[in-house]
Amino acid sequence: MLATIIQNLINALQWGSFYALIALGYTLVYGVLTLINFAHGDIFMVGAYIAFFVATFMLSAAGLPGWAALALTIPLTMILTSMVGVTLERVAYRPLRRKGAHRLYVVITALMCGLILEHANLALLGASRKAFPPMITEHVYNIGGVSFTNLKVAVIVSAILVFILLQWIVTKTKVGMAMRAISYDKFAVPLMGIPMDNIIVATFVLGSGMAGLAGILFAMSYPILEPYMGALIGWKAFIAAVVGGIGDIRGAFLGGFLLGAVEILVVAFFPSTFRDLIAFTVLLVILAFRPTGLFGVAKTTKI
Amino acid sequence: MLKRYSIQLILVACGGLLTYVAYEELVSLYLLSVLMFMGVNVILSTSLNLVNGNMGEFSCGHAGFMCVGAYVSSVLGVWLFAKDKVFGPPVLPPELALYAFPLVILAGGVAAALAGLLVAIPSYKTRGDYLAIITIAANYIIISAIENLGVIGGSRGFMGMKSVISSMEDVAYLPWMPIWVFSFTIFCVWLIRRYVSSTFGKGVNAISQDEVAAEIMSVNTNKIKTITFMVSSGLAGIAGGLFAYILGYVNPGSFNILKSTEVLVMVYLGGMASLSGAVLSAIAFTILLELLRPLQIIKWVVIPLLLIIVMQFRPEGIMGSRELSDIFPWLKRFYRFK
Amino acid sequence: MENANSKSDLQPVLEIRNLTQQFGGLRAVSNFNVRLEPGGLIGLIGPNGAGKTTVFNLVSGFYQPTSGEILINGINTAGMKPHQVTGLGVARTFQNIRLWNDMSVLDNIRVAQHGKLQYGFFHAVARSGHYLARERQIEDDARELLEVFDLQDYAEEFPKNLPYGTQRKLEIARALSSKPQLLLLDEPAAGLNSADIHELIRLVRWIHSHFDVTIWMIEHHMDVMMELSSYIKVIDFGETIAEGTPAEVRNHPAVITAYLGDEKI
Repeated sequence: MLATIIQNLINALQWGSFYALIALGYTLVYGVLTLINFAHGDIFMVGAYIAFFVATFMLSAAGLPGWAALALTIPLTMILTSMVGVTLERVAYRPLRRKGAHRLYVVITALMCGLILEHANLALLGASRKAFPPMITEHVYNIGGVSFTNLKVAVIVSAILVFILLQWIVTKTKVGMAMRAISYDKFAVPLMGIPMDNIIVATFVLGSGMAGLAGILFAMSYPILEPYMGALIGWKAFIAAVVGGIGDIRGAFLGGFLLGAVEILVVAFFPSTFRDLIAFTVLLVILAFRPTGLFGVAKTTKI
Repeated sequence: MLKRYSIQLILVACGGLLTYVAYEELVSLYLLSVLMFMGVNVILSTSLNLVNGNMGEFSCGHAGFMCVGAYVSSVLGVWLFAKDKVFGPPVLPPELALYAFPLVILAGGVAAALAGLLVAIPSYKTRGDYLAIITIAANYIIISAIENLGVIGGSRGFMGMKSVISSMEDVAYLPWMPIWVFSFTIFCVWLIRRYVSSTFGKGVNAISQDEVAAEIMSVNTNKIKTITFMVSSGLAGIAGGLFAYILGYVNPGSFNILKSTEVLVMVYLGGMASLSGAVLSAIAFTILLELLRPLQIIKWVVIPLLLIIVMQFRPEGIMGSRELSDIFPWLKRFYRFK
Repeated sequence: MENANSKSDLQPVLEIRNLTQQFGGLRAVSNFNVRLEPGGLIGLIGPNGAGKTTVFNLVSGFYQPTSGEILINGINTAGMKPHQVTGLGVARTFQNIRLWNDMSVLDNIRVAQHGKLQYGFFHAVARSGHYLARERQIEDDARELLEVFDLQDYAEEFPKNLPYGTQRKLEIARALSSKPQLLLLDEPAAGLNSADIHELIRLVRWIHSHFDVTIWMIEHHMDVMMELSSYIKVIDFGETIAEGTPAEVRNHPAVITAYLGDEKI
């Protein structure tokens, strides 16, 4: 009994880690720009594909051993993925922002960017699924009836490390403080001599980089890639970010882990087709009671 | 006199022409189905525009309500008027389908309107992005609920609507689907126009522009929100019902977020809060989709790209919040758009 | 009749008893009492952040009071939504103008009559005879009101394109379109130049005599207050610190202390 609970808890933490890492990107961008970056789920997908190409290249063309390939793949993927994110911001979002377009038009543009990423991938690489090459051998440990792999542990540990790192960046560094300042008052920040565009780019770098990391970890855990893999996970991670309280890093993590837990719990008791139904219903109920999410602060209207 | 009724006359003429053309089979079935999807898209785009344009909310789960309407009217129609593996023989004589068809479609609309409460009630307290999430979640909830309903086919889908149509044709051989799609499209646009141009319906715009002022200036905002969401989702349900009967087959997968996105694109392409813009962009979008069909998968790269480019040059959509009569003032002689 | 505290048998338009509003640890309004007789023109002043607008927000139903009672024409407004309170005969303007900027001036006036439309969705869609009659009435009323306020030339214009002073005037006209018995003006002179202020004083006085309405006004411009109101309440940190005629309030030591360093009287 206890073993089952712990087993499910570990599975929940692992699923939650993916959601949390992706939710971060949503929450960072939303906190700074109040923009729902609907392309973010697809940036995660692109991250997984980049990881695929980099890893394949490292293993076969460069002939590196697995651990070295992994050590190179992680930073390279993160850098390349963040470049994708920054490109989107430069090419699609920034011009619109400059023109002072209605916020929702930027959101629609983000949706369109997501569609382009998905279908361009489909057109270029075809609908066939890609198998991710194994870089490290998976060890299965079994302690008191609870089985877990080194990969699962790695996923959970990296999510926690990322959380600590980001929390430090946002609260302690200059860039992080500027990010928070922008989310409080967009108009005062440029007047204080803070280069707004650089901060926005930094936000996209962080968010997309973490999506890239999630992409690698996801591809290593579930080594099959297909172009639509980002869409559903992305939407769910976004909802997780909102449930946690969008704009707050703690919220993104809490929301991500909560969603992971709910899904694992549902699968433990119901047929797995009920997963989405119940998970979304739970989130809807949470939002009905706390409309601004768990960590969100309600904005008061002044009259 | 002629001027006053010119719009009505033109519409009757169009309807007559469409019926004639379909009856004599002067156009290919393909073209006819494109025309019918155009009607469905007009309903979807104008009804979403009511919420996203006029009320200023950001609903991105419109396909969910369409799904409710599609399933309710399909299942109802098949149960009542057709022989089915699950439901057995028809409950009512199939000849009645001819008369009951609009009621079946309307029943789908009513069911979808009730599903709209799923979004309307949270909207009392929530606005903007948080409400957007609720609409997305509602879309997923509706789809997964139907996927888990094995009785009506689950994720495999549901069919049998063709036999309802053919029993209608057995009674009187007329192109029923084009006729009904045309009539319902006119009905929906007409309903929305009358709603938003009344003082009562202008409360919707007041909510969009300043909700606090609206509530304090005696607008019952919760009531207006409820009505608006229910009308919008109800009309989406009608569109869904028509969609199901045109295809003769539905499955939950065709009402996913991608479909909702398509509707969003139509609304924002046309310009927010412009009814004629929503109609025009739905027509243009349907044509564009068909023209680009040979590109296959690349179509879904080209269309978003086009839209992004349009937004860079006209960030307020093609029409902005203007109506057709603001651009061509002579149209006012025939019809008041606002 | 002018004096808010004069004993009379008239039903007060507005009666507030022991009103207290708590925001977390902040007591924005504490133990506030007032009794407005029909036909009065009363002032509410106080330094910034004294809780004046909060009182108005409580009266218009935007906040629910922590404790105390608000009676409008003898009806307790507890638990009512703002539009219901407005239905009892209260209308207000806002400190920062809150017009519906993308609707024509005429539509602004029309929508503000939402509370007395007497028809619903189905009448609107069916265009019934009742609907058409009501719509005509509402439009006539709106045009008449615009004419009274000399705004008829702007009927099809958008409020955002009007000069600031005209927007203020339009907001007052919009508030009056629901034919209220009590009109709350929240800093109507804010942002106006001295010529506009002069015009405003005349306008408010004219409204007071022309419409059958009780006016309660928050204002920082003391000359406006002194000129218009017959009775003034002064609050600071949510507490009533003085009340009386303009002359009495002007020389009240507590008022002078409250305003020192903020604004001179």
